[in-house]
Amino acid sequence: MSATLERGIHAFKEVLDAPIASFFSSCVHCGLCAEACLFYTETGDPQYTPIYKLEPLRRVWQQEYTALGRLKKLIGLAKAVTDEELAAWEPLVYDSCTMCGRCTMVCPVGNDITYMIRKMREGMAVSGHAPEGLVTATTRAITSGSPAGVKWVTVQAQIKRMEKQFGLPIPVDVEGAHYLVLMSSWEILNYPEYLGAVGRIFKQAGRSWTLASDAYEATNSGIQIGVADLAKVLVGRIVTAAERLKVKCVISPECGHAYMAIRWDGANLMGRAFTFEVKHILEVLDDLRREGKLKLKGSIDVPLTYHDPCQISRRGGVYEQPRTLLRELAPNFREMKDTGVMNWCCGGGGGVGANERAEGLKITVFKRKKAQIEETGVKTMVTACANCRVTMEEAMEHYHMDVEMLGITELVADHLVEDEAS
Amino acid sequence: MTAGDLLIWTRGPGLALALGILIFGVLLRLFEIYSLGRKSDLAPARETSPGSGWRTVFTRSLPPPGMTRRAPMTYFGGYVFHIGLAVTVFLSIPHIELLRGLLGISWPGLPTPAVDAAAMVTMIALLAVLASRLSNPVKRLLSTFQDYFVWLLTLLPLLSGYLAYHHMLLEYTLMLSLHILSAELLIALLPFTKLFHAISAFVSRWYTGQMSARKGVAV
Repeated sequence: MSATLERGIHAFKEVLDAPIASFFSSCVHCGLCAEACLFYTETGDPQYTPIYKLEPLRRVWQQEYTALGRLKKLIGLAKAVTDEELAAWEPLVYDSCTMCGRCTMVCPVGNDITYMIRKMREGMAVSGHAPEGLVTATTRAITSGSPAGVKWVTVQAQIKRMEKQFGLPIPVDVEGAHYLVLMSSWEILNYPEYLGAVGRIFKQAGRSWTLASDAYEATNSGIQIGVADLAKVLVGRIVTAAERLKVKCVISPECGHAYMAIRWDGANLMGRAFTFEVKHILEVLDDLRREGKLKLKGSIDVPLTYHDPCQISRRGGVYEQPRTLLRELAPNFREMKDTGVMNWCCGGGGGVGANERAEGLKITVFKRKKAQIEETGVKTMVTACANCRVTMEEAMEHYHMDVEMLGITELVADHLVEDEAS
Repeated sequence: MTAGDLLIWTRGPGLALALGILIFGVLLRLFEIYSLGRKSDLAPARETSPGSGWRTVFTRSLPPPGMTRRAPMTYFGGYVFHIGLAVTVFLSIPHIELLRGLLGISWPGLPTPAVDAAAMVTMIALLAVLASRLSNPVKRLLSTFQDYFVWLLTLLPLLSGYLAYHHMLLEYTLMLSLHILSAELLIALLPFTKLFHAISAFVSRWYTGQMSARKGVAV
């Protein structure tokens, strides 16, 4: 056994816990998870069946943690996991799974398959079976501060642009601010208007906020690739900044996996509870609305729909808040057929977007979302994740679809009653 | 050994052995699961949540929206098989009598022709799910020897019970003995095959329900 394979198997053994043991014990090979996975429904290729993607991990569980499996291993009847097998499984575990969690919703025995994929990636990464694109993104995140290589100077340039465009100061490293605002690389590069929108909203609400020059990136490639140690380094930057600046709340930007990384995985990676709250910007907007600090005017009258980012709704619990806001702002808001926690993924989450090898597949599986959008008949789609937005904008370009995409924070900011600002 | 001897063995030592293996096996498998433990979640749970572990234990018996249309055979075959099996096993009067003898508890059964029909429907459902397993590319890819073996293991008590009741194929005492023997085989192997989902599905459903509920999602 090679040293890397040994590390991989060791990692598999480390991540196996009681829930996973119950999941593998319960699977009856019914195949229903495939019907919930856009990588199967859009390709018809059975190898994309979610539970099948976990086969090497399942065998390690069986051979190490069940009496019968151990016995089989002892008498030489068990098939050992090999490097070749892990290499063959790499595209299944990374390219064709966005960890969207839809399979988890339908499994009749209640298996959280997504939870297992996330854990399996730990063993895949240390055994050298992670896609190059994700390895590069993770290395860049560690060395430069962002998976896309966005440095603080780039953020500073965008800050200046936004200050000029909206005529308001964007606070940096302000100690004692209420909120610490994070961004994703996509927002910094493609949608800096988010920053302006946040500034305008907090100005009206009279809430203090700040950016941190040493922790501006919210996304976490360490989680996507499955290396908990690196994920901890990336979350640690945010924790250090939040504690240094003594903020009350850290705001995850319009990015699904970033929200998962900070809100749900963060404290577990750090091994301790946080001294501050973590909220998605949608939750903050909803808080402000309920406190009467978000005064909106006018409406967007075109028919529009909302795309639920998986990690925010299904895996994160934020699905009512955007709807409350949209019902107020958009009288012609229409739901897609499968929506809320049953929504279909954009196809580019969970590291798939950073993995060049998966590019073609990502475009193919977008057909599901395309059909969903076309069913509603709208030409405008709102979402709350910059990664979903980039994925869908690119795919819609490919399919020559004429649909405009909007970020929900910008939409809210564009309808603020600005003259009542403090 | 005569058919009578076999019947005596299956109703006495055979049954005790099968139940002993069942209890030992279930405890062993549950120990294998729970002894792995899990880390406590340090992220604060939402204060209110529509979900819970127990909720998912129950709701996962119902199909999620849109899924019956995507996999009609899996759902239809699955429901008919499970309900039919439950009716045949737990509402047949001889079975209830057996349980009364063992545990001292009983409940009303169904008239024999009704159970007879249920057994037939269950066997037809078993054939249908086998056909689906062989023809559906996803199921065929996932299937191993065990899937087919367990299928046979489930069919045998149904078939032998049906044949015994109708006095078909073999002499009644022998067929009844084979019926009990095949049921005992099923009981003894339950903990060590995928049949264990009859127990572990409640564990896995609870975990998933509980983990999602912390995040404010009912799954």
